[in-house]
Amino acid sequence: MDEPVRTYYGRPVLKEPEWTWEVPWYLFSGGLAGASSGLVLAARLTGHTGLADRVRWVAAAGAGASPILLIMDLGRPRRFLNMLRVFKPTSAMSMGSWLLSAYATAAATSAGLAVWGRLPRLHLLFDGAAGLLGLPFATYTAVLLADSSIPVWHEARGQLPFVFGASAGASAGAAGVLVGPAGQRAPARRLALAGAVAELAAHEVMMRRLAELGRPYEEGDGARFATAAKACTAVGAGLLAADRRRRWASVTGASLVLAGSVCERWSVFRAGFQSAADPAYVVASQRRRLAEREVAGEPA
Amino acid sequence: MAECHPVGFQWVVEAKARGAKMFHVDPRFTRTSALADRHLSLRAGSDIAFLGGLINYVLTHERHFREYVVAYTNAAQIIGDDLRLPDELEGLFSGFDPAKGTYDPDTWQYEGVDVRGSVNMGDLPRDESLTDPRCVFQLLKRHYARYTPEMVERVCGVPPAHFLEVAEALCANSGRERTSAFVYSVGWTQHTVGVQYIRAASILQLLLGNVGRPGGGILALRGHASIQGSTDIPTLYELLPGYLPMPHAHKHKTLADYVHAGTARKGYWHATGAYLVSLLKAWYGDAATAENDFCYGHLPRLTGDHGAYRTALDMLEGLVKGYMLFGQNPAVGSANSRLHRLALGHLDWLVVRDLSEIESATFWRDGPEIETGEARTEEIPTEVFFLPAAAHTEKDGTFTNTQRLLQWHTKAVEPTGDCRSDLWFCYHLGRIIREKLASSSDSKDRAILDLTWDYPTEGDHAEPEADAVLREINGWDSEGSPLPGYLALRDDGSTACGCWIYSGCYAEGINQTARRKPGAEQTWVAPEWAWAWPDNRRILYNRASAAPDGTPWSERKRYVWWDVEAGRWVGEDRPDFVPDRPPDHQPSADARGADALAGTDAFIMQADGKGWLYVPDGLADGPLPTHYEAHESPVDNPLYRQQSNPAREEHPHPLNPSNPSGGGGEPYPFVMTTYRIAEHHTAGGMSRWQERLSELAPEMFVEVHPDLALARGLEAGGWATIVTSRSAIEARVLVTERLAPLAVDGRTIHQVGLPYHWGYGGIAPGESANDLFPIVLDPNVHIQEVKAATCDVLAGRRPRGQALRDLVETHRRRSQP
Amino acid sequence: MKDLDLQAGTRYGFFTDTSVCIGCKACEVACKEWNQVPGSGFEFTATSYDNTVSLGANTWRHVAFIEQPAIEQPAIQQPAIQQPACEEPACGESVPGAHDFRFLMSSDVCKHCTSAACLEVCPTGAIFTTEFQTIVVQDDICNGCGYCVTACPFGVIERRETDGGAWKCTLCYDRMRGNKMPACAQACPTDSIQFGPLDELRARAERRVEELDSSGVVGARLYGHDEDDGVAGFGAFFLLLDEPEVYGLPPDPVTPTRHLWSMWRTAAAAAGGLAVALAGAFVRSGRG
Ligand SMILES: Nc1nc2c(c(=O)[nH]1)N[C@H]1C(S)=C(S)[C@@H](COP(=O)(O)OP(=O)(O)OC[C@H]3O[C@@H](n4cnc5c(=O)[nH]c(N)nc54)[C@H](O)[C@@H]3O)O[C@H]1N2
Ligand SMILES: Nc1nc2c(c(=O)[nH]1)N[C@H]1C(S)=C(S)[C@@H](COP(=O)(O)OP(=O)(O)OC[C@H]3O[C@@H](n4cnc5c(=O)[nH]c(N)nc54)[C@H](O)[C@@H]3O)O[C@H]1N2
Ligand code: SF4
Ligand code: SF4
Ligand code: SF4
Ligand code: SF4
Ligand code: SF4
Ligand SMILES: [Mo]
Repeated sequence: MDEPVRTYYGRPVLKEPEWTWEVPWYLFSGGLAGASSGLVLAARLTGHTGLADRVRWVAAAGAGASPILLIMDLGRPRRFLNMLRVFKPTSAMSMGSWLLSAYATAAATSAGLAVWGRLPRLHLLFDGAAGLLGLPFATYTAVLLADSSIPVWHEARGQLPFVFGASAGASAGAAGVLVGPAGQRAPARRLALAGAVAELAAHEVMMRRLAELGRPYEEGDGARFATAAKACTAVGAGLLAADRRRRWASVTGASLVLAGSVCERWSVFRAGFQSAADPAYVVASQRRRLAEREVAGEPA
Repeated sequence: MAECHPVGFQWVVEAKARGAKMFHVDPRFTRTSALADRHLSLRAGSDIAFLGGLINYVLTHERHFREYVVAYTNAAQIIGDDLRLPDELEGLFSGFDPAKGTYDPDTWQYEGVDVRGSVNMGDLPRDESLTDPRCVFQLLKRHYARYTPEMVERVCGVPPAHFLEVAEALCANSGRERTSAFVYSVGWTQHTVGVQYIRAASILQLLLGNVGRPGGGILALRGHASIQGSTDIPTLYELLPGYLPMPHAHKHKTLADYVHAGTARKGYWHATGAYLVSLLKAWYGDAATAENDFCYGHLPRLTGDHGAYRTALDMLEGLVKGYMLFGQNPAVGSANSRLHRLALGHLDWLVVRDLSEIESATFWRDGPEIETGEARTEEIPTEVFFLPAAAHTEKDGTFTNTQRLLQWHTKAVEPTGDCRSDLWFCYHLGRIIREKLASSSDSKDRAILDLTWDYPTEGDHAEPEADAVLREINGWDSEGSPLPGYLALRDDGSTACGCWIYSGCYAEGINQTARRKPGAEQTWVAPEWAWAWPDNRRILYNRASAAPDGTPWSERKRYVWWDVEAGRWVGEDRPDFVPDRPPDHQPSADARGADALAGTDAFIMQADGKGWLYVPDGLADGPLPTHYEAHESPVDNPLYRQQSNPAREEHPHPLNPSNPSGGGGEPYPFVMTTYRIAEHHTAGGMSRWQERLSELAPEMFVEVHPDLALARGLEAGGWATIVTSRSAIEARVLVTERLAPLAVDGRTIHQVGLPYHWGYGGIAPGESANDLFPIVLDPNVHIQEVKAATCDVLAGRRPRGQALRDLVETHRRRSQP
Repeated sequence: MKDLDLQAGTRYGFFTDTSVCIGCKACEVACKEWNQVPGSGFEFTATSYDNTVSLGANTWRHVAFIEQPAIEQPAIQQPAIQQPACEEPACGESVPGAHDFRFLMSSDVCKHCTSAACLEVCPTGAIFTTEFQTIVVQDDICNGCGYCVTACPFGVIERRETDGGAWKCTLCYDRMRGNKMPACAQACPTDSIQFGPLDELRARAERRVEELDSSGVVGARLYGHDEDDGVAGFGAFFLLLDEPEVYGLPPDPVTPTRHLWSMWRTAAAAAGGLAVALAGAFVRSGRG
């Protein structure tokens, strides 16, 4: 921290999250799946059925992986169903669990119906459901992190959803570019590009807002992943934008955007740990808050 | 006190809340200092200089409580004129024999009388104007004249401003309206001048009129939960129950000899005969008759020093065959613990009764000496019997605490497995031995066969009833009905009593020690909470709480006073005086015992009825406390040429060498002190085996100031090796400003702090501070000097195996140029 | 030990007056004994006498030790030397904030927040508010999601490695149900830990601060007694002698869920943005 803060032998004020590797991957898979379902719906509505049929599998895969990752991370996986014991608006994880259940069911069913090939109307209904649920599912994970006491997450609550949303869009678009049939990849490419640019922008805004609290993104794992994310996303987007004829270019570009999206989640995840481990972040942010209130004349 | 008597410390906190001022005098800033109004850091071993300074301050500023001093102390007593004080003899009192290293107290006596004999003290020369150059008061003035604030600073390292703050607060809070108390424990006792430390405090409190009055006194915080009980009904070799001396083989051949020697003419010691005979009746019952001196002949006799330290040294010489350790862990807890471990290895057999398998029971298997190769398991002949003991929670009995309060506790849980109470063990051991000797005609066995050994037992394990033991301690008359108190004791064999000072604890056949009436439901003195010896008195010598004329010194401090109408002493507490003795009473010349007490003789246990500012007899190292350096000190005694207590007990032995003293102390330049921390208990048997406690302080550590750490290259959390001429141990480093270096006699003196709880055993092992200390003792009570010695500190862990001994040797050789 | 008469519906809690804490750790031990909390491990930390480091799954009471060098007075009361007869030798005014070497000790515990983040974020409902308005984890429901751990502004609650569940102080719910004082409070020799109805404790605490101020103790302040603070007040609040962060406590704790609705709105907006992006992506290519 810039101004030295007083601490108790430099020990953390907060506990580091208990979460392990499954969580950042869950953040990614959820975003990818959710946005992909959105892409599927949009594609169908605009008659890009080929694209839709291919991307639906991406969504299904992501929707399938998400709950598994979530359960694996529990201290007591057997009790996963306790998540559905209550419906608790004050708990992003509770709401997320319900959302996940609903969305995953929709995504899975629509994939199932696609195989079966009958009941087209019902199928459209489920594609619609998955698409509409998918979008919030792609962004709620930002609230999951932001609704915590960890400075680098909580203080970025205004930006994190956009970072995640954009990143989700970028990943879904990139996936579409990879799996989409020739001739129908253009929208996916455009989504990937828009997402990538938005992701880079949102991250930048977040860093501005966090100011010195954002330091975890500038040192350690947080920094490593953040730089990787930037690089992949930027170069990937560049390639996607540069040349739409050469397939190798768009394949590499798309893959890089996907990788960038993975790294983005990992950097946010790791930054949270660093931010919790160093009491300076907690004390500094709260001292600043107190000072501001002091100025505003409220009781500090 | 917060560290070691946290529960008792709540009352200090309460006193503070009521406006009391609290000073903490300690080389270290501790948890106690944290709540004190001021902490005074002084050099370990220098308190007599500090207290002497206070005495001098009181005398030079005329702040003493004159009426009190004249009436209740021996201030006016005239001392024989061949007494010489230390400032005349380079630090010695008259009567010292350098060859023997002991004093002859002939020249210390009162003018015209030898207090050692029981003779009339009635009309001794006194000077109540306190001006006679040979009266005690003037002697004090002369003796302490050189203990100025500046000298206090030179010796103790206490800045004059802090010293004067204490002096003023003490004087301002003493007198008619106010009282001050001293609280001490082993920080004051574990010195070669330990007894004189306490004496110095006594002088101060007597001068200020703070003895026998509420809120006054010198409170000795004791140790193990019932250590007070273990001196009242002693585990000490030279005492019988109730502080009756153990008979000496040559001096006390007959009961008459004994009684004569022990009977002061005045006061309650006059009844020594009644106390001892009643004790013998309790032990030998019908076998004890007037014809056979009540089996006086059965009592063991002293032939010399049989203390624990002497005995350990005798083990090394092969003079001790067998040894029973009940609740003691000398392999860790006793000074020069290495010597003790080696000594135990010379026994034929050893019985250890303990809660845990302590180091004293395993030294032969995994002691440090096995690692260094000094001892080899195959070559240690000792047969060790480890017997698991039941803890206090697993048995009925009493604790006697610091304030002489006997509190009954009831078994909470049954002992597990083979654990048995010590009572069970002793009773059944005695029973079996008696069965084996039953047919013996050998006269020496009578001592055991004549014993009354008939305690009722209960339960599957035939546990003797602790209640029955307490009844015996209280005593009974010839009809067998319980005695009301010690005044009922007779020397004609008509009464039996296991401990005269405890008589009354079972008065009226009721276990008085089990009383639990809440404080809120009785007077502030709470006489109905448990039972205090003697006679349920809460404050001793409380006659002194009233003026000579019997009226309270002040309304604020009224406690016990003379009720003119009723013609007796009344008050908040049991008067500690002859109940109907008028204040103006003058005893007749031929009066004896209690009858010989004048109405103002408040100190009823003293041969002259006075509080002793000056001790004409009974101390081995001088009639007045005098500052001597510790046996091992880095500085030369700034007050006298005599460096250390001339009468201290050294025990020269190859295993018990000393560091050089004075002149900087090289190659052991630092002052070393040991102590307890709240987290652990003594030698660890009750804490190093407990996860809950051990995790709070998991490793042996050494406390050093940042400057010392810098000078010796120690890093916080790292390792340091502490070296003395006895041994070297390693400890984790705790760098702290709580152990501030002191400016002493123009030099900076660093002090090194070592908790002494660790040993190699248990779940949180560590090395033992006591490996570093010599066996050097106070001459009066043989207590080890473990509060002040010298050492050196090196960075890093100690070498292993033989290399350890080499390190100690090479370091020691540095002292011989 | 007389039984208490605790009333359901009344809010009970702790007032921990650190100015009389002697760091004896009886509270830590009593808590572990009564609640059968596993060991915290044997680690010598060399940070004063604190070897249990912090609150956590296996440490529900934690005593902090802080050693503070003196903030010098102008020069120790010279008057005492000149006129030893002066009644109050310590007299002579001191610079505000100045104090001798200080050894601060404080027994920390779960704050039983009025608005308890751990409870609010718990997706399983394992954490609940008792009839005494204390915050308790039901171990048989907790699935170890670890969400409460990231939510607690004080780093109190923690997942236990051995059983995967989240653990913290229960304010001795079982003892309270039996009209018994919490173990730590009962063990505390100096009444540094005071248990009782919260409003009484708050009043007492106010008085105590005034007392300390008037007796010249430096820096006495209450922490967590104010219902307008970020967690709407603590059920277990403190009297500290220095700033909270000195004791390892957050100076301005806030329940993160306070901003939950704005966060949901932002997330919705972001989702909307995503929708727009999708739409945009298909605009230029009509039917393929
Ligand atoms: N937690 C805990 N409590 C205990 C015990 C325990 O082991 N652990 N043991 C019990 C027993 S057996 C006893 S005897 C008592 C002992 O109770 P205390 O006497 O309080 O115990 P210590 O810590 O040995 O010594 C007290 C202080 O004396 C200081 N000191 C050392 N040298 C000097 C000196 O020359 N002058 C002065 N003024 N102070 C000095 C030390 O720094 C230490 O802080 O505690 C009893 N209570
Ligand atoms: N360097 C240094 N040395 C010191 C001191 C110091 O301050 N510094 N202090 C000295 C003092 S004051 C003391 S008291 C000694 C203490 O030294 P020790 O008495 O040798 O050591 P403790 O650990 O108290 O030993 C008591 C043992 O009794 C056991 N025990 C507890 N209850 C029972 C019971 O009911 N029955 C039986 N049979 N055993 C029981 C415990 O498990 C423990 O092992 O240390 C002395 N040594
Ligand atoms: S351990 Fe026992 S004796 Fe010592 S302070 Fe605690 S309660 Fe008192
Ligand atoms: S302090 Fe933390 S664990 Fe305790 S109630 Fe508040 S939020 Fe929950
Ligand atoms: S870990 Fe247990 S208590 Fe904590 S939030 Fe998850 S379910 Fe609730
Ligand atoms: S209230 Fe009970 S659970 Fe909480 S800290 Fe105290 S003893 Fe432990
Ligand atoms: S028991 Fe009381 S005095 Fe002891 S550490 Fe805990 S709070 Fe402090
Ligand atoms: Mo002791």
